[in-house]
Amino acid sequence: MRVYVPIDSAAVSIGADEVAREIARIDPAVEIVRNGSRGALWLETLVEVQTPSGRIAYGPVMPNDVGSLFEADFLSGGPHRLSLGATDGIEWLASQDRITFARVGIIDPLSLDDYREHGGLVGLKRALTLSAQEIIDELSDSGLRGRGGAGFPAGIKWRTVLQTPAVQKYICCNADEGDSGTFADRMLMEGDPFTLIEGMTIAGITVGATLGIVYIRSEYPAAITTMQKAIDIARASNLLGESVLGTTHSFNISIRIGAGSYVCGEETAMLESIEGKRGVVRAKPPLPAVEGLFGQPTVINNVLTLATVPMILAQGSQAYKERGVGRSLGTQVFQLAGNIARGGIVEKAFGVTLEDLVNTYGGGSLSARAVRAVQVGGPLGAYFSTAQFGVSMDYESLIAAGGMLGHGGIVVFDESVDLAVQAKFAMEFCAIESCGKCTPCRIGSTRGAETIDLIIRGVEVDENKRLLLDLCEVMSEGSLCAMGGLTPLPVKSAMINFPSDFTGAAK
Amino acid sequence: MKYPPWSQVRALELLAILREEKGPVLMALQAMQKEFGYVDKASVVLIANFFNKTRADVHGVLTFYHDLRTTPPAQHQISICVAEACQAVGGRSLEREIKAIYGQESHDAYCFGNCALGPAVMVDGQLIGRATVEKITQARR
Repeated sequence: MRVYVPIDSAAVSIGADEVAREIARIDPAVEIVRNGSRGALWLETLVEVQTPSGRIAYGPVMPNDVGSLFEADFLSGGPHRLSLGATDGIEWLASQDRITFARVGIIDPLSLDDYREHGGLVGLKRALTLSAQEIIDELSDSGLRGRGGAGFPAGIKWRTVLQTPAVQKYICCNADEGDSGTFADRMLMEGDPFTLIEGMTIAGITVGATLGIVYIRSEYPAAITTMQKAIDIARASNLLGESVLGTTHSFNISIRIGAGSYVCGEETAMLESIEGKRGVVRAKPPLPAVEGLFGQPTVINNVLTLATVPMILAQGSQAYKERGVGRSLGTQVFQLAGNIARGGIVEKAFGVTLEDLVNTYGGGSLSARAVRAVQVGGPLGAYFSTAQFGVSMDYESLIAAGGMLGHGGIVVFDESVDLAVQAKFAMEFCAIESCGKCTPCRIGSTRGAETIDLIIRGVEVDENKRLLLDLCEVMSEGSLCAMGGLTPLPVKSAMINFPSDFTGAAK
Repeated sequence: MKYPPWSQVRALELLAILREEKGPVLMALQAMQKEFGYVDKASVVLIANFFNKTRADVHGVLTFYHDLRTTPPAQHQISICVAEACQAVGGRSLEREIKAIYGQESHDAYCFGNCALGPAVMVDGQLIGRATVEKITQARR
């Protein structure tokens, strides 16, 4: 009898380990597979049973539900108040378009056999038969853009590194997923680490890099452990090493761990941190693709970007670019977070509306109070009101609506939120996390928080609002990187979309 | 969590493991903290000499990162996420409650990637979702 109990950090945070222990205690004969999470975090702990007719799901299971599950003969798929029927039939999951997250939650994360059985390594094997130029053409044709937030075409970046001669090139995977409301990188690394390894390996053999580094934030201990185990397994199986899958290509991956710094998610600050220095942003140019890690040409891509590459190579660029809208092709792994009834991973083609994500998938707020604001794209993303829920979720439409996609995180707030307080927090967060290199960010953030505080207290409100907008302009135009450059986005969007919170009147 | 007292002999052993690493300073500081629970001031000179860096180089890295601390930690460590997604589900009021009870042991953190099941709190390395004072007190034992 095989039962799946997720080992994903989110599931474990609400009792998945205890559920697994309880199942093992009651029936030691049950084979328990610790899979990643399906992404329906509101159903965690989601226990699945392998039956002849497929996997049957139960959730959310608390440790003290396990006894009654056995009484209901859940091992044979018996009825229970927590029964969800066939996992594949759960509408919330079935209606998604899982490409990057195709295997997450389905396989045993550390079973290379499982990985192969579910389509793993097909992309790499095909890539090994193609020239570097052909791989980059395939990638460019797919329309894949950087999922870290900047949305830069992946193919162009790879091409630059390919065309820059050097003795040593690097592939750096940015797994410093610091945006509040985002957790897709973490879930992928915990649930399907070989996909990331495969994507990085394809990048390596394409541009001629023999070393890959995954920079993972220290706040993700489970992801670090799983990635390290997966790398060790990959090395022992000749997926990584001197001879990748028996070819003449050499590629190795090592992990560097962050030390609690949001700005190290900025690519050049990340390079400084990998080099063991303060995470201070570098001025560009030179681009990292020309002079990156240790001064060498470096591909820097986000986890989701690299993890999508194997599928594009396996199924072809056509299959990927058939999805999406305009210049936003393929799928985006959206993350529903905050005060939301049904939070988790929703992977859909670009073009789904915010309304669909927050209300159809998310089911509105967790508190059952009216949804008032939604922050899209992390701490540097805009606050939208419900009047803007019709916006198409793609790179260009979000910019046109005064926001940005970022890493695809969506944080929902109910009517108790005060947007002036949120705007002040955006400035405070920037002050805490600024690397300090450029003045608009380092000093502007502190002055910004002070100015918003004056507005909240009703001191010369109109004059201070004017001053704040002026400061926002200086930060936007004068900062070196997105930290200072985009902090005005949540601030200004809050002022524009929620003017009643900025009147200085006591609430 | 219990850590052995600072020892230069042990510190040098840990640094020797990193001898071949490129850009080893941050890794060295992290190794100190992992072993001793904090980065003893004596290790700044030690790391600088070992890797042929200036003391300013090492001090600069030590003071940049939020994770690194220069004093021994309290017996328990409670990290409370105070970022937006947790704020949306009462993270700020939970923060006030926890700080009132556990004071020195608790500090702010920004995101554990558990944003759909907040508020998120990490107690001695264990992540807790839908955190409450009761759950934290239980995990702290």
